[in-house]
Amino acid sequence: MYPAAFEYHTPGSVREALSLLGKLGDDAKLLAGGHSLIPMMKLRLAQPKHVIDLRRVPGLAGIKDDKGTIVIGAMTTHWQVESSPVLREKCPIVSDTAGVIGDPAVRNVGTIGGSLAHADPAADMPATAIAAGFEFVCEGAKGRRTVKADDWFKGLMSTAVGDDEILVEIRVPAWAAGSGGAYLKFPHPASRFAVVGAAAMVTLDGTGVCTKASVGITGAGTKAVRAKGVEAGLTGQTLDQATIEVAAQKAAEGVDVQADLQGSVEYKSHLCRVFARRAIEAAVKRAKG
Amino acid sequence: MKLPVKMTINGQTQSHEVEPRLLLVHYIREVVGLTGTHVGCDTSQCGACTILMNGVAVKSCTFFAVQCEDAKITTIEGLAKDGELHPIQQGFWEKHGLQCGFCTPGMILAAWQILDRTPSPTEEQIRHQLEGNLCRCTGYHNIVKAIQWAAENMATAKK
Repeated sequence: MYPAAFEYHTPGSVREALSLLGKLGDDAKLLAGGHSLIPMMKLRLAQPKHVIDLRRVPGLAGIKDDKGTIVIGAMTTHWQVESSPVLREKCPIVSDTAGVIGDPAVRNVGTIGGSLAHADPAADMPATAIAAGFEFVCEGAKGRRTVKADDWFKGLMSTAVGDDEILVEIRVPAWAAGSGGAYLKFPHPASRFAVVGAAAMVTLDGTGVCTKASVGITGAGTKAVRAKGVEAGLTGQTLDQATIEVAAQKAAEGVDVQADLQGSVEYKSHLCRVFARRAIEAAVKRAKG
Repeated sequence: MKLPVKMTINGQTQSHEVEPRLLLVHYIREVVGLTGTHVGCDTSQCGACTILMNGVAVKSCTFFAVQCEDAKITTIEGLAKDGELHPIQQGFWEKHGLQCGFCTPGMILAAWQILDRTPSPTEEQIRHQLEGNLCRCTGYHNIVKAIQWAAENMATAKK
């Protein structure tokens, strides 16, 4: 499969990339790891006239601890996220999620920023972005601004990043003591994308009462969403099996569940409830250590 | 408009002018002439096009050649040294890890990645780490055995 012809640009700085983006406008696409964009170009679902490759921009990859917030450069690969000692210690659900994206060779190249800016409805990290409270830092000609995960995913492959902006980093709060999290999915057997995926994070106080619950659902609808009904059913409760069961029943509420080749609305709604329950169970187990 | 690109493949410098849309796998096969790297699904799922780039396994059907300026690439042709098979290749021979052989170059380079990161992998780790490589005839049992054979022999060789 051959993509349509395009002109290839390799800016050496974010500023240069922004200037190209400003000049070329809608005719240009930013290329990060390329593991979403290149397949789309091969299928000619995307036919940009200009491709702006961010590989040569220094400083966009890497993971560092900034006083309790983990800062992940947008060009950091899924493998770097999966294998990061800092993330493993401070917010392991992010590493766990990265470790089930695609397959090892895909994770060696695909980037967290590229994936979150592409916002495939069946991508894994969006659910965890919501559960773990990611913040998205976008840079434009006028400087940087930060967008919260709840405001990031706008619709099918659509995010809050402006046409004249670049997602440059993702900020992840280190989780509080007594927290646990898990991301679980029902993978498509060939592509390994999430037919449905659920990310859950819970914080328990010394008596085992849930002081904070955060649940994100991906795959089922056109975009990842927060399962507010589930969170309400967990917060303030002792998380025994019955409480988790009841709370997880609300996992498909607020999701615009789409029927497709993988299943009906009923089937995918059911998967939302099952995977939310399993993710919460795993999160509680980890929170209890 | 064609662009110049220069990279090292199996220790040899390659320098050509290519269209930006030329995929790395086609560059390797058709421009450089190394046809051991295969095109299977062409949608980054099957792993037949797996190569090593700067020390990690990647799917060459999902790269443009122009992205690979200055990259150090190893294809299946570059694995044997001085006429001696690499232990992973030998393992596939010993344990009958192939039938038609189409997936084999990708399997072997994916196996290289596994053993580079996990020199003594469990069977479960091998199976999990091979999830990006599809085989449609041997089945995976002998491929797993081949990688285990390689792991044991590479460990012995190190001692």
